[in-house]
Amino acid sequence: MGASLATVWTLARKDLLLELRSKDIVLAIVVFALLVIAIFTFAIELTPSRARDVGPGVLWAAVAFAGVLGLNRSFAVEAEGDTLDGLMLTPVSRELIFFGKVLGNFIFITIAQVVIFPVFEALFNISVLQVETIVIALLASLGFAAVGTAFAAVSVRVRSREIMLPLLFLPTSVPLIMAAVESTSAVVDGGSWGDFSEWLQLAIAFDVIFMIASAVLFQFVLEE
Amino acid sequence: MPCGASQTGRLTRLGGYLKLANSHDFTMGRGRARDRLHILFTDARAEQKHAMAALPKIRLIWLGFTAALMALTLWMVFLWVPTEINQGNIQRALYFHVPVAWTAMVAIVLIAVASVAYLKTRDEKWDRLAVAGAETGVIFAALMLITGMVWAKPVWGVWWTGEAKLTTTLILFFIYVAYLMFRAYFPPGEQRRRLAAIIGLIGAIDTPIIYYGAQLWERAHPSAVVGPYSNNDSSVDGPVGLTLLVATIAFSVLFVYVASERYRLRKQEDEVMALRRAISLQALRVATTSDSTESISSAPAGGA
Repeated sequence: MGASLATVWTLARKDLLLELRSKDIVLAIVVFALLVIAIFTFAIELTPSRARDVGPGVLWAAVAFAGVLGLNRSFAVEAEGDTLDGLMLTPVSRELIFFGKVLGNFIFITIAQVVIFPVFEALFNISVLQVETIVIALLASLGFAAVGTAFAAVSVRVRSREIMLPLLFLPTSVPLIMAAVESTSAVVDGGSWGDFSEWLQLAIAFDVIFMIASAVLFQFVLEE
Repeated sequence: MPCGASQTGRLTRLGGYLKLANSHDFTMGRGRARDRLHILFTDARAEQKHAMAALPKIRLIWLGFTAALMALTLWMVFLWVPTEINQGNIQRALYFHVPVAWTAMVAIVLIAVASVAYLKTRDEKWDRLAVAGAETGVIFAALMLITGMVWAKPVWGVWWTGEAKLTTTLILFFIYVAYLMFRAYFPPGEQRRRLAAIIGLIGAIDTPIIYYGAQLWERAHPSAVVGPYSNNDSSVDGPVGLTLLVATIAFSVLFVYVASERYRLRKQEDEVMALRRAISLQALRVATTSDSTESISSAPAGGA
């Protein structure tokens, strides 16, 4: 168990080190998400009540769309550097490679959200920096990372992977986006844990199911 | 498995011819090599003709059965079943909507089962079955969405609402469209079959989660259905139930027919591809060897 965790961390650390030097992925997610949010502030005339109504939806649509960009890079980097074969030759099980990649992507999306949330709060003038929303954000990031990593690996060899990944990723993660939007709405409207417990359960179920299913299916993705 | 065997037979025979052609390459010119290839083609064609003649009985019977059932359904829907009192003629859309919805759901199960079977056995037939199911299923799902919207506008007053079944269907429709797009973008081969099976499976795993989420969502946002009969509880029994039953059977039979035709076509596409690869490889070999024969025979002459 300890050894497995160490392997997962080593694999994730490799991605984090690469990211620390290039800053490609996190920067792309942050800038794109903020752009989506900024465009919505022009597209919708933001009265305080309207901001509360549409704000959570805009926030999560922005995170989901921007997340796709980052997830795309996570395997594109491997393909471009011809390191995919190296990764496959690594003498560790495929599940651990998957969990390493998921951990890396989870950290990227979470770091991006650390920037996105305060800016969103300022622009929409609604309070999203609360314990409840942070838990929701962590659950959503984990689910995005699980599904996104699997699909990114599937679509890395497609000739137009930039088109393919969102087409696969967005419809599949609809339940998670629904859960995140509805719980955030409840929090913004002053609700407590009990008001969105069902949505939280849905998000947790989504995370658990796709973490297991993607890990099992991942061995068929990387297979030569 | 007579079809698979005949394909293997054809390919082995082709391999034999190619070997034969190879052994004679140094003695025959390009014209004769071309003759050999011509023989190959006519042989393949004759076999194809034979296969076509042996197969269609079952297919013809199935096609006739489908056509008869569809005719019966049309007669029942438009002439036999009485017009619904509240909704009027538009209610007849139900007799198409429910059956295509049912077959679209069957298609998802078919894709999931075929995908698992492919990943376990790596037999191409399961991949063909998944493609046939997906293509037919997407068409049927599109028909379901269209017939549902046409019915909803006059009855509910809106084209679309956040109802759980509608939301679920729409998202599933997108997932399987993406599945087909992935297959279109990816070069054919083992890798495509394997990755497509993974996508098909993830879509199937997602189905109950989407449905549960959509139900929660519907409860949080009561649908804005404002049509004249939005609260009308219509019961399904008597002639309506019988027509629905016959239509569902008819559309299921149609689904099986269309999917099996697609399966067959897919199989032939694969065979053509394999033959074409083998022949172009051989043509290349013939061309290069006869070139080298010519250059060998011409070299001393030029020297003298």
